[in-house]
Amino acid sequence: MTDTLNFLPPDPILERREKIQRRAAKTLRRRTIASRAFLVMLVGAFVLALVPLGSVIFALIEKGVSSITWNFLRTLPHQPSLIAQNDIGGIGNAIEGTLVLDGLAGLVAIPIALLIGLYLAETLSRSADFLRRVIEIMTGLPSILLGVFAYEYVVVPMKTFSGLAGIVALSVLMVPFIAKASELAFRGVPSSLREAGLALGARPSRVARGIIFPAALPGVITGVLLSLARAMGETAPILLVIGASGTWGWNPLHQMSSLPLLTYNYSGSQYPSERAAAWGVALTLVVMVMVLSVGSRLVAARMRRERP
Amino acid sequence: MAERIRLSATSDRPYRFLLRGTALFFGAVIVLFVWSVVHTAWPAIQTFGIHLITGKTWVPGTGPYGALPLIIDTLLTTAIALVIAVPVGLASALALLFLIPQRLRSASSTLIELLAAVPSVVYGLWGLWFLIPWLNKTLDPFLAGITGGRWPFNGAQEGFSVLLAGIVLSIMILPTIVAISRDVISVVPKDLIEGGLSLGATRSQVLTHVVLPSARTGILGAIALGAGRALGETIAVAMVIGSNPQIPHSLFSTGATLASTIATEFGEASGNTGSALAALALMLMIITASVNAGARVLTNRAQGHV
Repeated sequence: MTDTLNFLPPDPILERREKIQRRAAKTLRRRTIASRAFLVMLVGAFVLALVPLGSVIFALIEKGVSSITWNFLRTLPHQPSLIAQNDIGGIGNAIEGTLVLDGLAGLVAIPIALLIGLYLAETLSRSADFLRRVIEIMTGLPSILLGVFAYEYVVVPMKTFSGLAGIVALSVLMVPFIAKASELAFRGVPSSLREAGLALGARPSRVARGIIFPAALPGVITGVLLSLARAMGETAPILLVIGASGTWGWNPLHQMSSLPLLTYNYSGSQYPSERAAAWGVALTLVVMVMVLSVGSRLVAARMRRERP
Repeated sequence: MAERIRLSATSDRPYRFLLRGTALFFGAVIVLFVWSVVHTAWPAIQTFGIHLITGKTWVPGTGPYGALPLIIDTLLTTAIALVIAVPVGLASALALLFLIPQRLRSASSTLIELLAAVPSVVYGLWGLWFLIPWLNKTLDPFLAGITGGRWPFNGAQEGFSVLLAGIVLSIMILPTIVAISRDVISVVPKDLIEGGLSLGATRSQVLTHVVLPSARTGILGAIALGAGRALGETIAVAMVIGSNPQIPHSLFSTGATLASTIATEFGEASGNTGSALAALALMLMIITASVNAGARVLTNRAQGHV
């Protein structure tokens, strides 16, 4: 009886399993090495992705810092002449223009965008869905198209380039970004809070003002600051519409100067002194943009910490 | 009681009116925006018709206005950008999610996002002063060397080229591809990954055979969003591509894209040229809007929204 096991036919499943195990053991080393190599490659690609960032920052510092002086930041530009090729003056009015354009465009865009964000978050309807889709597509459209828009509706009727046209282009650019970010922030407010407000007898407008908006504030501020940072660096739309200016002036009905545009113009200048200064202008711009985008994180992080 | 509820509902009408009114107002702005481009392009469309798209020569000021070279250059630079940015971007997203130690993860994400915060004019400047010398000295001779100077790496090496524009674009769309593909990969169910590991797959096999295939819809969406950005990028391309509207004979050729042509020629444009440039803007709008709409459908589906 004890021998019967030996007379059983060999089990094909067991045999196959043993075969697979033998092969697996043989290839284990190879597969481990291949896997490790692949993972190292992935991390390598990530490091490679950071090389341009490092290079851009290095270039900005290496070539930009030397042109930045107190006078460079607060004086007016100066057309280089044959006798004074290195005297290009400063970028004071371009800094002013950038702040005015970005600030006024923000003033126009923020209230509109927040109301649209609230509309999208609070309304369940086909038209809200449609608007949401359109706004998503708007965020991906090339910004230069807004330059064409502002040219047609502001520059042509006014018969002159103007800061106002730039403000129109930048504010239409900003609205979709802020609306999207604030919709997400408004939706993130727990519905229990909202319902508690309604149950206490508050009107929807009171709930929006007293509950939803304060609770969503960190997300809203992040979205607003990031959009301001993005609009500040935009060159394409304002290139078509704001003209150029060599004087001070915050009046948006006149032509204006701005940092991104000045970077673009200096980079192709015939004067070596202006081409060199392009890096100083670019560094100033990047610092201003980074203050906004890093600031947005800090503000949001702090507000979240303070209100658990 | 019923009276009170109705009362509060009616007195909140201004609020709902305000929300709807604002939405309607911005909808009208969007309509005006599209209309402004169509309206300005209309004379050129009527005068030149299909030749605007199929014409092989583009001469600003006098015409002819054939945008075929611009369309080809736009697609070519975008293709180069994708060839570089898609593998690097996907690998970075996988590394960020699965390989980088937890405590470095948020700092690493921030670095990638900083890449997106740099204004495009700065990338143009960087391409002009750092990449052109590198291309002239190292990359172009190397590429011409390995192909023996044959297509697509033939012809004069000036630095300014569709290749350079593609490289600059690849850097600019990288943050988009990394951020979106990271988001869609992060929703791949843990069970699938653990199932793969428990079946004896190595970590790399799980990534290539389980994670990437199940996130494929969203990854396609991420790539399409990146492509949309590359198709419409203006200033950086205008600074490095050489602004020379021609059908490229090699990757070293100078060129001009739809967007870069609008930027460089709009200032001096009048009459027919202005209208033809608006026609370019219209083409750009149609192309990027459809690519973006498609991309949104894919990424939304991948993240489980309706």
